[in-house]
Amino acid sequence: MEWMLIKRMLVSGWKNFARGGAVSVATVLIMTVTLAIIGSLIFLSALLAYTLDTIKDKVDVSVYFVTTATEANILAVKDRLEKLPQVKSVSYTSAEDALVAFRERHANDQLTLQALDELGDNPLDASLSVKAKDPSEYESIVNFLEASPTLSAGGASIVDRINYAQNKEVIDRLSLAIRATREIGFAIVIIFAIASILIAFATVRLAIYTARDEIGVMRLVGASNAYIQGPLIITGVITGVVAAVLVLLLLWPAALYTGAKTVGWFGGFNLASYYTGNFALIFFIIMGSGVLLGAIASVFAIRKYLKV
Amino acid sequence: MIYFDKVTKRYDGNGPALEDITLSIAPKEFVSIVGHSGAGKTTLLKLLLAEERPTDGTVFFESINVNDLPSSALHHYRRRIGMVFQDFRLIPNKTAYENIAFAMEAVGRTDDEIKSDVPYILGLVNLADKALHFPSQLSGGEKQRIGIGRAIINQPDLIVADEPTGNLDPINTYEVVEILKKINELGTTVIITTHNKGVVDAIGKRVITIDRGKMVRDDAEGKYIL
Repeated sequence: MEWMLIKRMLVSGWKNFARGGAVSVATVLIMTVTLAIIGSLIFLSALLAYTLDTIKDKVDVSVYFVTTATEANILAVKDRLEKLPQVKSVSYTSAEDALVAFRERHANDQLTLQALDELGDNPLDASLSVKAKDPSEYESIVNFLEASPTLSAGGASIVDRINYAQNKEVIDRLSLAIRATREIGFAIVIIFAIASILIAFATVRLAIYTARDEIGVMRLVGASNAYIQGPLIITGVITGVVAAVLVLLLLWPAALYTGAKTVGWFGGFNLASYYTGNFALIFFIIMGSGVLLGAIASVFAIRKYLKV
Repeated sequence: MIYFDKVTKRYDGNGPALEDITLSIAPKEFVSIVGHSGAGKTTLLKLLLAEERPTDGTVFFESINVNDLPSSALHHYRRRIGMVFQDFRLIPNKTAYENIAFAMEAVGRTDDEIKSDVPYILGLVNLADKALHFPSQLSGGEKQRIGIGRAIINQPDLIVADEPTGNLDPINTYEVVEILKKINELGTTVIITTHNKGVVDAIGKRVITIDRGKMVRDDAEGKYIL
């Protein structure tokens, strides 16, 4: 009996959609636009996150050690830093590696190389390059190093200097900019998502408004509220599913086209690769939004016409 | 079967649409309710269908006090009444067959019952060949016959027809009246509202006259007098 009821609701919902003509087409189009906006917001969020991560990745703090510090001492400091929860990575550069890198960097600057040769010894210090998980955490990492210094055999700290103080202002500004961009981005995503959802709601309401007389007749022939609501909700869900499929199909060429450009503009972020790599998540969000929007909007729109 | 006990209906800010109506209708009767537009005929039917609640008085359908029916029980109550409308009110995106079948589906009848009963009713209203037509492909008379088919498909105790011939030409009016008379002869109570004198005289049964919300005449085998 229950199965018969469900089957009738499904068949009736499908027929409503298939025979809905211009109303069905208009509802699908508006829902497609809504879901396309939601899809674009997913891309925008990913692009924003990638860009911010790239910027964050360019920031680090270097800890330079006195020339008398042994490699074992420096690696001990590295171990201690790596255990800190706010530290993302620590890389060690020996004085010799620093010299090689310096020479490579100044391969075309004969004057500097000549000056370096005249010094005889390696004037460069060994260093640790520390990357924090979040730029705002550099201060606490530096505080940690200063509060518990590693001492040499002579009792002096083996840390010569930390380049945090001169970079502090830039890092703080960057942290602020990243936080502000993330919050503004999130607000924009939410505002656009709400606006597009409201438009979809209004369209479904309009579609059901056109069926208000039929709903009245259904009530008068003795159909229960559930039996009236069921097919209309199914119609809403079908509308959402069709719109979601359209959006998922349209996003692929769009991602392919813009992907080639975003690689150049955003330092390697390829929208098409992101789409294929995260297809399951995007499918779930778009399809889920379509189904939920269709169903919930229908439920709210019909309620008004079921009152006695 | 139906009893209106001192029923008054007022709409907000207006005078009474119906005032102090007391009437009873026995099973298997054919009653025509006549009156000018705005006299209160449709309000009377709405009270019977529980689309509206009376301001004063009580409406009984058999032993059911219609005023006290909760919303959750209304659809069960309405399944006992077949409605025919002046503007047909067929569902536009359903075929003639589906419009009639919908009334059966709504009350939970099985697919086998629907497959056997709907073609029978379509034959009864002479529209077997239009089963797959949508309402937009039917004439006014055909639409009304589908409306009657939908009203009788569940073998209700009562048929209520609100101006069923209001939008029909004389030939279709005659056909619809004949179908309603036949339904009544088979034992179903029929109430129609109309202001068509020819219809009332052709039926030749009880006539209740309403004028400005008040019942002014109740004649067995009456004529249209206003």
